[in-house]
Amino acid sequence: MPRKDFADIAAARLPAATLAQNFDDVAPPLDRQSALIAAQRCYYCYDAPCIQACPTGIDIPSFIRRITTDNLRGAAQDILGANILGGMCARVCPTEILCEGSCVRNTAESQPVQIGALQRYATDWVFDTDAALFERAAATGRRIAVVGAGPAGLSCAHALARAGHDVTLFDAKPRPGGLNEYGIAEYKVLEFAAREIEWLLGIGGIAWQGGQALGENLHLSDLRRDYDAVFLGLGLAGVNALGVEGEQLAGVRNAVDFIADLRQCDDLSQLPVGRRVVVIGGGNTAIDAAVQSKKLGAESVTLVYRRGSASMSATWAEQEFAKTQGVNVIEWAAPRRILGRDGAVTSMEFEYTQLDESGRLLGTGDLLTLPADSVLKAIGQVLLPPRADGDAGALLEISKGRIVVNAEFETSLRGVWAGGDCVGGKVDLTVQAVEDGKRAARAIHARLVGNGNGGN
Amino acid sequence: MADLRNNFVGVRSPNPFWLASAPPTDKAYNVNRAFEAGWGGVVWKTLGLDPHVVNVSSRYGAVQWNGQRIAGLNNIELITDRPLQVNLDEIRQVKRDWPDRAMVVSLMVPCDEQSWKTILPMVEDTGCDAVELNFGCPHGMSERGMGSAVGQVPEYVEQVARWVKLHSRLPCIVKLTPNITDIRHSARAAFRGGADAVSLINTINSIVSVDLDLMAPTPTVDGKGTHGGYCGPAVKPIALNMVAEIARDSETPNLPISAIGGIGTWRDAAEFMALGAGNVQVCTAAMHYGFRIVDDMIAGLANWMDQKGYRTLEDFRGRAVPNVTDWKFLNLKYDIKALIDQDKCIKCGLCHIACEDTAHQAIRKEKDGKRHFEVDNAECVGCNLCMHVCPVDSCISMVRVDEGGYANWTTHENNPARVKEPA
Ligand SMILES: Cc1cc2nc3c(=O)[nH]c(=O)nc-3n(C[C@H](O)[C@H](O)[C@H](O)COP(=O)(O)OP(=O)(O)OC[C@H]3O[C@@H](n4cnc5c(N)ncnc54)[C@H](O)[C@@H]3O)c2cc1C
Ligand SMILES: Cc1cc2nc3c(=O)[nH]c(=O)nc-3n(C[C@H](O)[C@H](O)[C@H](O)COP(=O)(O)O)c2cc1C
Ligand code: SF4
Ligand code: SF4
Ligand code: SF4
Repeated sequence: MPRKDFADIAAARLPAATLAQNFDDVAPPLDRQSALIAAQRCYYCYDAPCIQACPTGIDIPSFIRRITTDNLRGAAQDILGANILGGMCARVCPTEILCEGSCVRNTAESQPVQIGALQRYATDWVFDTDAALFERAAATGRRIAVVGAGPAGLSCAHALARAGHDVTLFDAKPRPGGLNEYGIAEYKVLEFAAREIEWLLGIGGIAWQGGQALGENLHLSDLRRDYDAVFLGLGLAGVNALGVEGEQLAGVRNAVDFIADLRQCDDLSQLPVGRRVVVIGGGNTAIDAAVQSKKLGAESVTLVYRRGSASMSATWAEQEFAKTQGVNVIEWAAPRRILGRDGAVTSMEFEYTQLDESGRLLGTGDLLTLPADSVLKAIGQVLLPPRADGDAGALLEISKGRIVVNAEFETSLRGVWAGGDCVGGKVDLTVQAVEDGKRAARAIHARLVGNGNGGN
Repeated sequence: MADLRNNFVGVRSPNPFWLASAPPTDKAYNVNRAFEAGWGGVVWKTLGLDPHVVNVSSRYGAVQWNGQRIAGLNNIELITDRPLQVNLDEIRQVKRDWPDRAMVVSLMVPCDEQSWKTILPMVEDTGCDAVELNFGCPHGMSERGMGSAVGQVPEYVEQVARWVKLHSRLPCIVKLTPNITDIRHSARAAFRGGADAVSLINTINSIVSVDLDLMAPTPTVDGKGTHGGYCGPAVKPIALNMVAEIARDSETPNLPISAIGGIGTWRDAAEFMALGAGNVQVCTAAMHYGFRIVDDMIAGLANWMDQKGYRTLEDFRGRAVPNVTDWKFLNLKYDIKALIDQDKCIKCGLCHIACEDTAHQAIRKEKDGKRHFEVDNAECVGCNLCMHVCPVDSCISMVRVDEGGYANWTTHENNPARVKEPA
């Protein structure tokens, strides 16, 4: 393929077969024999530390024991009963900082039980056999609006539908799933996200309404009037700006947009990628954008982070993975400006950084310039609060860029609950969003039917 | 360097490891390979009178446990399914080719004197070193009045042993079936009949599993199954006890024992010999891994003997027998408590839940609000359960805390039949 001096962004850098291979399942499933071997390593701990470390509290020793007895239905009930997106979580959870990080088998052997892989083994059975594990309770006649069909919204909607309520699930996007569908790395989930949602919605009682953006064609005051309860699982739909010169140049993009294009692309050989890619940031998004650029055939991919690797929100395992995939990581360098020609990016300039005695990050004055055809910005997503819409005092209380909720996940607006990244209680992870949605559903249910007269 | 040479009722072999009468010793091809690998001797697969028996297809079932493919094996095979003369010719040839190895021939014929009188000279003529009487096979042959059908009746055992000693000059080893209530009665019968030794155990009557789709026991032969003979690692404890019972029975003093049952390592062998066995026989372990396992058995036993300062097998044989006693003589003053090594503990909680649910509520699970496992000596009875469930090697040890002394049940105040002075 002919190289261009700059603005070299092109599709089909690799043959279709190589692309297919590159984006294949990064962690292939266990077969029965390997699953049994892995499962037999579990000690079946009492009051197991791994359970405490799972944000959704899956009874891990129990589901693993059920795998050893070929009781896969039972294992799946353990998992999905606690975490309805247990299939997705099995693929995307950074287990090294969650369950597997707490497994007692780390202590002497540094080799935890493969909880994630086993969870996938048990849940794959559900999707392969299309098993219905849950039934809806008798109809309550209550109606609930869930806005945002990411992990938080899906978890909340499923729990409410299961409890007998009628749920309408709204999302601005044409397809449900949130970041499961538009954000998580392709090689972690393949076609799984859509399959999982199809199964999840199979419980019934959840009406899907795509293309409905709160604050635009959907209004909180209407929802509060028309429904018995509202749940907001809006995620973080906005992106932080770099705020440096040259950000408007062609070839400079938000990493999340690049990833969303990738996830929605049916034919990866049609997807353009830069020849020399610079990614800015130190989180999941940065890692995923860098790795996937490389997998698409970028000649060089450099991830630049303004602090040291210990401060990155990407776990050490993800950082290691990026390096094995050929991503070059530069630490302690902060963006200064983006340089261009004819309206397109040509390179990016950074200044090296260090911490002063008081721990503040300072530039050292030394500069670094990296040639770039494509610059992907991944310095954090932010909440786009739904515009206030006339409802008297209907302003959602927001603090530090997140919706404020109480311990029951209810917002400052009575009858409106929220969870997931948009409240950002603990960690911005799929599994935490699922837990938030589950807890909010519990609180909503308690409010609607728990006290006998229900409603608000 | 330890001397592993073995002399069992006059039969010499370079080491005490024999292959038990079973498929590994079925024909010259296997036995040649076994001797090449280093086995000290074989007990040839059981011979019978012609016409030879036939076998079914689908013969073995296995108990898998926690990743072990064969924790126990069961089989529904019968004795040799080849003509008598073929076996005899091969035995003669192999013994000629391997004069330093033990060649014992296992026999099973109907329970009448004439049958034994017929087969014994033919066997003796091969040049073999001894005969082993198979009174143990618990399936198939027993339906025809042989195998365990004989072994379960002490009078028959005694009678047949006597016939064999009468009609042959060869040493006679009687192989005992474990499918009885008290193994000592079978051993005493063999002893009275003049047998030179006993070997045990043969396989244990069993159904290893039920196929829940076919609704039939395994191994399944065209939809049906039958009870078979159980062997392999799972039967070792049963065999150890039976060997010990015979070794310390005053009615069978110095009766040589060839130990069989779940032996697969030098350590297994050493344990049986410590309980009085003169040598050991192996079947399942060889069927699982091939003949090459004898390699470690030889080297391992020699290394252990060197380390312990035992020069010959006789130096340690039977050393554990005096320490096998009756419950009533155990020291009731002995007292131990579990002690958890906090540096090794990985905090799995298994010791706590085992003691809490099923023992003596002696392990605390928390200290200063933190996950921490510690034994409360006041509650611990020293049962060892926690030590066995703990997944970490030597993390829980049992520490002696008593102040010495000896007292046993025979004089205990709760014993209605107590005596004044300890027995
Ligand atoms: C690139 C990337 C990779 C990631 N990788 C991982 C990973 O490997 N493992 C992991 O655990 N986590 C990962 N995360 C984090 C994880 O995806 C999120 O924590 C999780 O999706 C949060 O779920 P949510 O339901 O709160 O929000 P989202 O998944 O963001 O869903 C929010 C939904 O709300 C909709 N919405 C937003 N505003 C409106 C509006 N005004 N009106 C209507 N609809 C609206 C959006 O369209 C979206 O569908 C990753 C995140 C990113 C960005
Ligand atoms: C397939 C099979 C066939 C056997 N056939 C005989 C036999 O013909 N004669 C005999 O005396 N014992 C026979 N046995 C019993 C073994 O010799 C031995 O006593 C028993 O397997 C216990 O030893 P192990 O635990 O090492 O296998 C057989 C065992 C097996 C597994
Ligand atoms: S901590 Fe590890 S060994 Fe213990 S129950 Fe959890 S997965 Fe099993
Ligand atoms: S030895 Fe028995 S009683 Fe003592 S702590 Fe262990 S399990 Fe409990
Ligand atoms: S069983 Fe062993 S490792 Fe587990 S908590 Fe008890 S002492 Fe610690």
